[in-house]
Amino acid sequence: MIADDKDVLRDVWFGRIPTCFTLYQDEVTEREAEPFYLLLPRVSYLTLVTDKVKKHFLKVMKAEDVEEIWFEYEGTPLKWHYPIGLLFDLHASNTSLPWSITVHFKNFPERDLLHCPCNSVIEAHFMSSIKEADALKHKSQVINDMQKKDHKQLWMGLQNDKFDQFWAINRKLMEYPTEEGGFRYIPFRIYLTMSDRPFIQKLFRPISPDGHTHTLGDLLKEVYPVAIANEAKRYQVVIHGIEPLLETPLQWLSEHLSHPDNFLHISVIPAPSD
Amino acid sequence: MPVSLLWAVDVYGRVFSLSTGGQQWEHCCDAVLEFKRLTAVQQCCWGIACDHHIYLNVHASDVPIRYQEEAYENQRWNPVDNFSDRLLPSDRWQWSDITGLEHKPLDGFLLPSTNWEWEGDWYIDENFGGEPTEKGGWTYAIDFPATYTIDKKWNSCVRRRRWIRYRRYKATDTWAKIPSEGQSGPLPDPFNDISCGGWEISEEPRGRLSLWAVSLQGKVWFRGGIHHHTPEGMSWEEVSLPGEVVQISCGPGDLVWAVLWEGQLIVREGITRDCPQGSSWVVVDSPNPEVGTIHVAVGVSVVWAVTKDNKVWFRRGINSHNPCGSGWIGMVGEMVMISVGLNDQVWAISREDRAVYFRQGVTSTELSGKAWKAVSVPRDGDIRPNSSTSTSSLHSAGCFFSGEVRAQSVMSEDSDTEADPQRAVHEMLSDRETKRDGAAATSIPEEEVTPGDAEAKSPPPALVLSPSQSGGPGDPQWSTVDLEEAQTHLAVGPAAGRGDSSDTCSLSSVVTCMLGLEGLYGPDDHPLWAWVSGGGCAVDCHTQLNWFNSVTALTSSIQAMSLSVSPAQTAAWRKQIFEQLNERSKREIDNFKHYEQAIEQSVWVKKGTMQWWRDWKPHKWVDVRFALEQFSGPEGHKDGIVFLYYNFNEEKKYLHAFINEVTILVPVLNDSKHTFAIYTAERTKQRWPIKLAAATEMEMHDWLALLSVSCCDSRGIQGPPSKQAIWSITCKGDIFVSEPWPSLEACPYPTPCDQMFWRQVGGHLRLVECNSVGVVWGLGYDHTAWVYTGGYGGGFFQGLASSTDNIFTQTDVKSVYIYENQRWNPVTGYTSRGLPTDRYMWSDATGLHECTKASTKPPSPHWTWVTEWAVDYGVSGGTDREGWQYAADFPTSYHGYKTLKDFVRRRRWARKCKLTTTGPWQEVPPIPLSDVTILPCGDQSVVEQIPLWAISNKGDVLCRLGVTLLTPAGTSWLHVGTDQPFKSISIGGASQVWAIARDGSAFYRGSVSTQNPAGDCWYHIPSPARQKLKQVSVGRTSVYTVDENGTEMFPRYYSFARLSVYVFNVALSVQVWIIADKVQGSHSLSCGTVCHRLGVQPMEPKGQAWDYGIGGGWDHITVRGNNIEAPRVRMPSLTDALRPPSTLAARPLPAGNTENGNAVQC
Repeated sequence: MIADDKDVLRDVWFGRIPTCFTLYQDEVTEREAEPFYLLLPRVSYLTLVTDKVKKHFLKVMKAEDVEEIWFEYEGTPLKWHYPIGLLFDLHASNTSLPWSITVHFKNFPERDLLHCPCNSVIEAHFMSSIKEADALKHKSQVINDMQKKDHKQLWMGLQNDKFDQFWAINRKLMEYPTEEGGFRYIPFRIYLTMSDRPFIQKLFRPISPDGHTHTLGDLLKEVYPVAIANEAKRYQVVIHGIEPLLETPLQWLSEHLSHPDNFLHISVIPAPSD
Repeated sequence: MPVSLLWAVDVYGRVFSLSTGGQQWEHCCDAVLEFKRLTAVQQCCWGIACDHHIYLNVHASDVPIRYQEEAYENQRWNPVDNFSDRLLPSDRWQWSDITGLEHKPLDGFLLPSTNWEWEGDWYIDENFGGEPTEKGGWTYAIDFPATYTIDKKWNSCVRRRRWIRYRRYKATDTWAKIPSEGQSGPLPDPFNDISCGGWEISEEPRGRLSLWAVSLQGKVWFRGGIHHHTPEGMSWEEVSLPGEVVQISCGPGDLVWAVLWEGQLIVREGITRDCPQGSSWVVVDSPNPEVGTIHVAVGVSVVWAVTKDNKVWFRRGINSHNPCGSGWIGMVGEMVMISVGLNDQVWAISREDRAVYFRQGVTSTELSGKAWKAVSVPRDGDIRPNSSTSTSSLHSAGCFFSGEVRAQSVMSEDSDTEADPQRAVHEMLSDRETKRDGAAATSIPEEEVTPGDAEAKSPPPALVLSPSQSGGPGDPQWSTVDLEEAQTHLAVGPAAGRGDSSDTCSLSSVVTCMLGLEGLYGPDDHPLWAWVSGGGCAVDCHTQLNWFNSVTALTSSIQAMSLSVSPAQTAAWRKQIFEQLNERSKREIDNFKHYEQAIEQSVWVKKGTMQWWRDWKPHKWVDVRFALEQFSGPEGHKDGIVFLYYNFNEEKKYLHAFINEVTILVPVLNDSKHTFAIYTAERTKQRWPIKLAAATEMEMHDWLALLSVSCCDSRGIQGPPSKQAIWSITCKGDIFVSEPWPSLEACPYPTPCDQMFWRQVGGHLRLVECNSVGVVWGLGYDHTAWVYTGGYGGGFFQGLASSTDNIFTQTDVKSVYIYENQRWNPVTGYTSRGLPTDRYMWSDATGLHECTKASTKPPSPHWTWVTEWAVDYGVSGGTDREGWQYAADFPTSYHGYKTLKDFVRRRRWARKCKLTTTGPWQEVPPIPLSDVTILPCGDQSVVEQIPLWAISNKGDVLCRLGVTLLTPAGTSWLHVGTDQPFKSISIGGASQVWAIARDGSAFYRGSVSTQNPAGDCWYHIPSPARQKLKQVSVGRTSVYTVDENGTEMFPRYYSFARLSVYVFNVALSVQVWIIADKVQGSHSLSCGTVCHRLGVQPMEPKGQAWDYGIGGGWDHITVRGNNIEAPRVRMPSLTDALRPPSTLAARPLPAGNTENGNAVQC
């Protein structure tokens, strides 16, 4: 049972999605490919944690049939540069587990996905997110004051799933002057399944000019009021697979439910019809 | 920081106070009087009322001001009457003071004033130097004056006994009139200004203050004899002057400045400890020679002045050697008066809107601050049923005060021709009633300008309300109200200015309507202030004040309240998140545990460089590489190893320690390096830790936090300490807790206490006490009381290793002492030239180490100096007027006066340093404590009162009321009277309270119970073998004490082999723990070591042997939280003797059962 805010960080970090990887039916194989089962960390990235999957399927394939690996769920190519938990919440919440992902080695969907030739591309993406988040939170002061090795420690922490290693540094990114009551702006992104826009991102402060604490509800009212329109609940607002109450303070959410990239990734998805 | 008060008088003469923790001005209820001036200090507030008399308001405290009167009754023996009051003609009075020289009949003792009352009747003191006398309290001697003894001998010809009676100051929290009596009758003219300060000049007598006053004729008076026991002081003394004074200001230290009628300033010189009223004046010119000064305010090392054009000036270069400073700097802002408070913080009243302004950004390095910020909080009286009266009086009073400032400037310009300026002011002050009545139609010239002024000075409330307006867009209702009101006022302002009565009436109706709409804010809401005094207001540049934005202040206070009402932990949104995360784990993980993890766990290594103390020859710090390898242990527990790589004789070597074997990581006192030590059980035994130093404080803290988390992880320990935890404190003030294992008290094979694992908790304390339900109190070096909030971490533990919402800032202050030593020679007398064999002329207490003022550093880099070096007069043995103590030679016993045989002398210099940290502690203001004890109680309901007793740093015994599990800080102190100061207290089973007085005698408090928490009287218990006792600790059935030699003693006065003891502690279930002075290990000696007495049983309180635990600078331990029942292996030979104390209380078994114990166990 959770008793402390600190435990929330652990729960967020150690969130896992049971996943079943199957090879796309049209891929050419030498023998039948068995599905591969894996617990994926919600806060990591698909291409960072699927070495085993790749290895598993390569065993049954010829080298010349293999191009860059990519993943797809029910026809939607999965963007590796979104955290895994976000992809799941956005596309597959309210479905039965394990999450079944189809693995492709051909016909890379150039229009939908970024290439990911190696882990350093993920690292660059991850670090640029952290830097962007700190620009919003502290005018980049904290991240710029850090040493190169601290940046490396953040990345290594994520790569090796080392909670302590990551948070030893990340806590500095979560500090703020007490008299200000929060960050300058909250780094957040709101994702909509129904929209062409990839996500919504705006400047939004944790505290109103008159000293009120902004809540999740305030944010949505300002940025995407449809999500909380009063009629029979049409949308779910999901972060890390849970639906926080709208009165949850935004600053708290940013400190506790942000992904390691320091962004609060919020999915607005249609509520299940039943 | 405890709350303190800012005092102010509004233009109607009403007194208000604003708490540093509050958000509204509280009207001081003694409303009969209207006040002109106030001067506040922390313990009281002095004021001049409209009757020109001085009034004193002493703030009530849980410890009353009481004074012990004493008289001696003397008798002589004669063969006829035996002992009788028939004395010889050459003898002393039958009733006398202690010397016998003064006649002191009991009925001659009178209360000093009507502000005092007797606490009870006279009674006989039956304690003589720590020993109880026989009934009657007589002490005997051969003759007067001689040495008295409690035993009557064959040659005892005289006897005497001491009578005592207490009187108590009763006029607290009320304005008590101080008669204006000089040394020779009533003072000639009434008072016009007053200023209180000077408490830093000397700490003796306690609570000493200087009070300076100015009379209407411009004379200055000094009031002497004000201190804790005589809050009203003795009498006024006139101070000669170079001119006529209008206003005076006295700082906390030796700074006193006054303003002359002509506009120059005068500075008092020669103020010292022995001469607090100073000796002479020095004239300083006004900042602007054209425009005279009208007001001055001084602090410890600042002087602020206001000239007649309302310009504000700051005096440069003020320090204790140069009270006159060097030059003026013009500041921004137009003010009518300024007040300098504690920490040289500054308040002022602005000319334009008569608002109180606070100077922001005043720090010890930037004394002039940064900017003025208006204090805008509502007054408690702002909701008034009918505001028309106050509107009109506002008008008139506004005239009156703006008139005063103007009048002065006019008058001093004309001072050559205009004869009697005082008269004019006097008239103005005494006229106020009539002016109020006829404000609109007066004919005095000054007042013709005032309506306009009043208009300018009462700004439209739109200004006041603008915050809500700016916050308005989101909330349309509010903005409409604001607009309407602003318009109303624009219409009202000029009308009020004209003083047109019909308009005023219409205003009042509008106001009522507005009040109906909005409640709090009427148009006349903006208070107009006349005087402010920050002398009792303890804020500094870090203090968070909620004074500056009334509207947001209100909303935020509502938020703060709602937070405190429903603590953040129980907020619905938080609960929801916790629950949902748990559900998510169940849904997404629990059924799929057999799936492979995407990322394999690997070893994580953190490396760094450090210095390591190589403790073999040549002893030195050597550079080493340091690494922590963490991995998952066999049972899923995280574990690790620390490695330390060094070179020895060109050869690479390393030391290592398993994280799960580390018992403690302890920061070590070192004035230059950031040092810590790593112990394992084995190294504890050997007294041979690994000592390491990091390059920076940051780096040390990062390592300590990481290693500490790692150690806790490996032992599966997280979160706050349990209620049973054993707390201890090092000489550095660091706080450690250990979770007790039941096997610690196992009998006959207890776990050795060197295996205990200690982890650090943030904060800084000198002493900690706890009980078994989780109430923990600590005392700082500065005697501040702190209560444990239930959190963990703080200090250098940040992020994950620390709880979030119950960590607070904690400060501590202590003095560093050095000694100045001198030797006498026949030519030059005492000089700093000693003999070649002498100690250093500047040294520590032992004389072995040189300690100069310049080279002495604070104890560790965490401390910063907050004062300069000053002679310390409070040394035991007394000092002369310059602080010297004399002796025949170093090092012998010193005395405070010079004799012919004294060839050396020394004096002690003290300098205070301060530490700021964070930890799970909240201050319990306001009384500083020197000892505290909490009843170790069993499980109980959350509302049940927990007995807690304490001793104040002045030796008062206090009983805390309202301590429960929910409110561990309690609510208030109940003072328990004693005839002398106390130093140690302990409460044990069945609410037995035992205490040790400063003279070393032991007392037992009778009749303490739940119904009567403070008990009824003290019983003097004779000390064992005439030993002076130092400390007491009470268990369930036994009382343990330590005497001044450090020998531990038991009720029946068994004395151990002489083992020096600092502190020791007894829990209910007869656990005896002490801190021993010195313990020898195989590698070194450790001072201040935790020791556990083995084999202590109810029937065998002496126990059998000592077991030695962690050591090397431990100061304090408390085991009174540990009520865990120890597993006991029953051995046939011991069974009869053994009756576990816990079974005694919990389930008193019939004897038969106990005997069958073995059978049952088999």
